[in-house]
Amino acid sequence: MEHHPDAGLPPLDLTAELARRGVSRRSFLKFCAVTAAVLALPPRYAHVIARGLEQAIRAPVIWLEGQDCAGNTEALLRAAKPTVAEVLLDTISLDYHETLMAAAGTASEKSLRDSLAQYAGQYLVVVEGSIPLADGGVYCTVGGRAFAEVVREAASRAAAVITVGSCAFDGGLPGAAGGVTGAFGVQSFLKDQGIGTPVINLSGCPMNPDNLTATIVQYLSMKSLPATDSLGRPLFAYGDSIHEHCEALPHFRKKEFVQEWGDAGHRAGWCLFQMGCKGPVTQANCPTLKFNAGTSWPVSSGHGCVGCTQPRFWDSMPLYRAGDPIALASPTPVEYRTPVPSTPPPATPGSSTPTPGANPPDGTTPGGGDGIGGTEIAIGAATLAAFGAAAGYGAYRFRRREQHVPEEGLLPGKEQEDQDASHRD
Amino acid sequence: MPRIAIDPITRIEGHLRIEVEVENERVRDAWSSGTMFRGLELILRGRDPREAWFFAQRACGVCTTVHALASVRAVENALGIAVPENARLVRNIIAGTQFIHDHVIHFFHLHALDWVDVVSATKADPAAASRLAQSLSEWPKSSVEYFKGVQDRLKAFVGSGQLGPFANGYWGHPAYRLPPEGNLLAVAHYLEALEWQRDIVRIHAILGGKNPHPQTYAVGGMTLRMGADSPTGLNAATMSNIDTMLAGARTFVNQVLIPDVLYVASAYRDWFDIGRGIGNYMAYGDFATDVNDESSVLFPRGRVMGRDLGRVQPVDQAQIAESIVHSWYEYEPDGQGAKHPWKGETRPRYAGPNPPFESLEGYEKYSWLKAPRYDEEPMEVGPLARMIVGYASGKREIREAIDAALGKLGVGPEKLFSTMGRIAARALECQVLLPALEGWARQLRSNLESGRVQVADSSKWNPDTWPADAQGFGWEEAPRGALGHWVVIKNKRIENYQLVVPSTWNGSPRDGAGRRGAWEEALIDTPVVNADQPVEVLRTVHSFDPCMACAVHVCDPQGGQSVEVRVL
Repeated sequence: MEHHPDAGLPPLDLTAELARRGVSRRSFLKFCAVTAAVLALPPRYAHVIARGLEQAIRAPVIWLEGQDCAGNTEALLRAAKPTVAEVLLDTISLDYHETLMAAAGTASEKSLRDSLAQYAGQYLVVVEGSIPLADGGVYCTVGGRAFAEVVREAASRAAAVITVGSCAFDGGLPGAAGGVTGAFGVQSFLKDQGIGTPVINLSGCPMNPDNLTATIVQYLSMKSLPATDSLGRPLFAYGDSIHEHCEALPHFRKKEFVQEWGDAGHRAGWCLFQMGCKGPVTQANCPTLKFNAGTSWPVSSGHGCVGCTQPRFWDSMPLYRAGDPIALASPTPVEYRTPVPSTPPPATPGSSTPTPGANPPDGTTPGGGDGIGGTEIAIGAATLAAFGAAAGYGAYRFRRREQHVPEEGLLPGKEQEDQDASHRD
Repeated sequence: MPRIAIDPITRIEGHLRIEVEVENERVRDAWSSGTMFRGLELILRGRDPREAWFFAQRACGVCTTVHALASVRAVENALGIAVPENARLVRNIIAGTQFIHDHVIHFFHLHALDWVDVVSATKADPAAASRLAQSLSEWPKSSVEYFKGVQDRLKAFVGSGQLGPFANGYWGHPAYRLPPEGNLLAVAHYLEALEWQRDIVRIHAILGGKNPHPQTYAVGGMTLRMGADSPTGLNAATMSNIDTMLAGARTFVNQVLIPDVLYVASAYRDWFDIGRGIGNYMAYGDFATDVNDESSVLFPRGRVMGRDLGRVQPVDQAQIAESIVHSWYEYEPDGQGAKHPWKGETRPRYAGPNPPFESLEGYEKYSWLKAPRYDEEPMEVGPLARMIVGYASGKREIREAIDAALGKLGVGPEKLFSTMGRIAARALECQVLLPALEGWARQLRSNLESGRVQVADSSKWNPDTWPADAQGFGWEEAPRGALGHWVVIKNKRIENYQLVVPSTWNGSPRDGAGRRGAWEEALIDTPVVNADQPVEVLRTVHSFDPCMACAVHVCDPQGGQSVEVRVL
């Protein structure tokens, strides 16, 4: 692990630290076991995590917010395994986070500069929100700087970048049809910039915070990043479809479908597919991990999956389409006006901001949003439509993902990419 | 006179830049600039109006449910849909829980560090902190050992050299006035509130599937699964969990939030005379206590103008219009006149300096926020506006809460018009809301147990039942103030959609007549002892609980013209 932050940080005697705070060895191991479970690792990995954490320091984390709603920040505050206080005080050093930090203005910029300089190559960058590239980056500035420039600077010397939420994943909502700000996700922006820092994508609207803490804990304890699918999403969290683990799956198999909100089938927990549920074409661990300390998840409460971990879901997955005869009868359920592309602006003098708006990464739509996974979703939508035609439910096949057990010290590399390819449908 | 720019303003939602001119250690003039734009309303154009809530909800992840509610209300208003009683109860409980959760997070995690010196807490005497805590409240976590434990944890944290989110705070600034023991008490409650907020919000997970962004909204009601013996969703067991969490919330608000706010207020009494602002207050009103009686709202509707508590004036949505003279937009045909949201027309047209930039000085247009005005007057919205309108309306629960708190502090209601008044109002409305929340939960339980479980009216779910064209608006009191969504539906698709949100009212730039927005006006005369460490500016700005993501918006130009973006 080339970038692991062992050097330059104060060491932490975790056992003594835990004892002083009245945390028993037993409960510490329990925490490690819970984390291993979130990571979909065999129980024996609890001891690997414990051993790793005992040697770990608090990892410097730089959390950047662009075109966001702070929903992922709020999600972080709901972290349950470990809890948010444990994360903020004991696991990471949250050196920059505009929503939570005490410092403001120039003092906050100092915090950012200090951490980037002191822990170069060692800090983690978390990005929330999309990056607007149109018109010289004027649609999001922080301290007078274009957000793209803030991300470029921080990411270029990070140990890894973790995107949280769908906007940082692929441009998300600001990148949906009709948007005019040239909103892009982090992965394609960094690729366009030639920045090779590894990127882990935790898509979702918002992401599940326990997937974030598990990713960070794995990084700290096993000195590795989770294995990912072709979209950069960790297999432990996005390896299986919602549908495979859904509590309503028996009803799906019996063709017991809710037909109307609040009908008898709805109250009895029947399948929400006809009401538009996207569970069959959505990869995430929502049904097993659940939200808010395991309290519930949307299907349990009565609403179908909206597909929010999937690329371009705002445009590719109309909310009620599957069960809506009106929408199904129409070949193009929603007609969007094409956004007008902005003419390439001249490069801003004295700024190293990437040619904004002129050449969107990956040559994708000028309205924003990158092309991640477009083809896969087109297939998914067609599948849904076929379902909606009320025939051949049994024909649907799910490819069971193999459980992936990371080796200690493994980082995504060539070998990993090959493995990813095998996970593509 | 040189301007001081504070950018980013931290401990808020979103991207805010404040520029101030300081003369003789007082703010002489101020400019509020929203520096992020997403174009949500352009994205909503052409979509299914039933889906609008799902998009609009993402206007903000902090006030994570309020835009979903305003959106379904707007579409229901346009289509003439009345939702079942259970839907209104569930919506009230979700929204009320959001208030409590949001206000506690705001005070302890977003605002307290303006008043509390974290580093000073390491010097506190735990025994004295314990005595202080017990003099303020019955809250059981008040032993010497408890404060010693918190202090040890804090010392270890500070001693590690990794101060994380507390690095580079204005620690030691002369404006911090609490004794070390008071600071330790607040740090302890900062940590307790961090854990507490995770728990209370599980009410949203039960009723909405998850938080942030609960997912059970629908035009016509809620998609909540409800039945005493339903396998999941709202059933007998989860109803009991909600009762338990609400009881816990009441204890936390009464024993931690209110005493801490009163303690801070008594230590910073001079802030009852700072940040007075424009003096016009507006509330749309919300939370019917009897869900079948619209007039039984907990928070009344009305306007109080010029700080005159003797008169409450009506609110008419037709009087609302937005100016863009100082905002990065343009209007057709003359580029200027203010527009009502249904007629709203916005074209983003950035006219500020190219980034990176140092100052917005000299730029006529300086914000992505528009300037909403009521009958051409700037208004303040939010907890203070609600409490003032409620107080002036003679609402019993509100008068009792305010009179009791002001009595303890020995000040009159005229002191409410201030930075500290905003903080007090925010805490006191939690106190007013909690008994009402418990009442709605009792009604919901009664319906659940007697089998009255309808939560959605699907009679107008099918778009074929709709008129071809319709328009409507949805009003709501959100934690940060009066929130409105306006929708125009044409051929069963969204033709125009506009949000006029609390932080746009409060954080607006100047209007066509040059009148400042609420934050700008409230900053006038705020003291600034040290221009390099303007903690006093943060105090007044944070007292409004700014929330920028939803404050910046753009709506559909009429006539279907594509948006023209100016090339820089």
